[in-house]
Amino acid sequence: MADMLQFDLVSPERSLASFEASEVQIPGSEGDMTAMPNHAPVLTTLRPGVLSVSGADGVQDFLVTGGFAEVSTNGVTILAERAFAKADATQSDIDTLLAETKSAMEGATDAALDAAQKAHADVVAVAAELGLNAA
Amino acid sequence: MPNLKDLKNRIESVKSTRKITKAMQMVASAKLRRAQEAAQAGRPYAKRFNSVMAGLAASVGGNEGGPKLLTGTGSDKTHLLVVMTAERGLCGGFNSNISKLARQSAQALLAEGKTVKILTVGKKGRDALRRDLGDHFIGHVDLSDVKNVGYDNASAIAQDVLSRFDAGEFDVAKIFFSEFGSVVSQVPTELQVIPAKFEGEADESAFYDYEPSEEAILTDLLPRGVATQIFTALLENGASEQGARMSAMDNATRNAGEMIDKLTIEFNRSRQAVITNELIEIISGAEAL
Repeated sequence: MADMLQFDLVSPERSLASFEASEVQIPGSEGDMTAMPNHAPVLTTLRPGVLSVSGADGVQDFLVTGGFAEVSTNGVTILAERAFAKADATQSDIDTLLAETKSAMEGATDAALDAAQKAHADVVAVAAELGLNAA
Repeated sequence: MPNLKDLKNRIESVKSTRKITKAMQMVASAKLRRAQEAAQAGRPYAKRFNSVMAGLAASVGGNEGGPKLLTGTGSDKTHLLVVMTAERGLCGGFNSNISKLARQSAQALLAEGKTVKILTVGKKGRDALRRDLGDHFIGHVDLSDVKNVGYDNASAIAQDVLSRFDAGEFDVAKIFFSEFGSVVSQVPTELQVIPAKFEGEADESAFYDYEPSEEAILTDLLPRGVATQIFTALLENGASEQGARMSAMDNATRNAGEMIDKLTIEFNRSRQAVITNELIEIISGAEAL
């Protein structure tokens, strides 16, 4: 298959991954989307979720929160505030995220509360997928 | 004429000072490498982020009623200065250069009749500014327990700044930090973060679909932009601090070496003088007989 796209995953602290991929599943804030080569250019914000990349050496999963994804015809760049390989995610990572979304829910009203609750639910869903405790 | 014992003691004490400064220099150079790597690793994110933001800001920013973080509150009465310095001294002019720039800027603003509020990050800047501008302090962020500055630290500072902005405590925010040029050049820098200004080329080649809308993305990303800028500044500061300390300690080591040479010559001279004196005494004693 000649059609590959350049995949980059960057967090503020370092560049986590950069390789050729055939498809990338992005947890967009409006819903999941899969980007393949020659996808129309899209810019979307992310929700806490699992980013799944099919590359030459199989599928790699990353846990990402906060940030955005930039899809162009020949590449996908994910700028995530926090990102780690799914295998490396631990209970304490989830706990930090949960504590954050919980504190965001406190004192929030209307639209902000809505967004915070959504983020919280997303983290809980991610925890469930990883088989970790979401208490 | 100082006696021999005193000179010997002084030479010993300067020698041990030299050992300490030498060790500090080596520690700083090791830390500098790590800090530089961290700054380098953070660059791709900041660069991409800024170019996307520049594009978004250009297309949305002109509209009336855009996000306040971008367009400002419509006034510039109250300025928040975030002064970022080191937690430790002994790094040459690093801390005082940043403080000096911040002080000048604050005094210029005060002279224009604006209100100035100061948030200090790092102990040294707080100490330096307290005497002149202590009344304007509204908070302090202590990073002395933090070994390696992470995005979380930056994000916490940004949260603090943003919640003050939402509460209407200020109209314009600027950060003061030192940009890392090289080991011998660190440039104290002033950067406006609110209302946001994005430098960098907007990507004109691609016309993106936005999901959700451009405005929603911008509103979501602007607070992150503040955090990103603060994080970049912290990293630059970290590298600058170590660079400044390294060259300061290098100088100190060299000065100590020169001092030891000088003292050793003086020591040898006085020893010779004592010997000559004794000889003269012996000879004149023998002649008297």
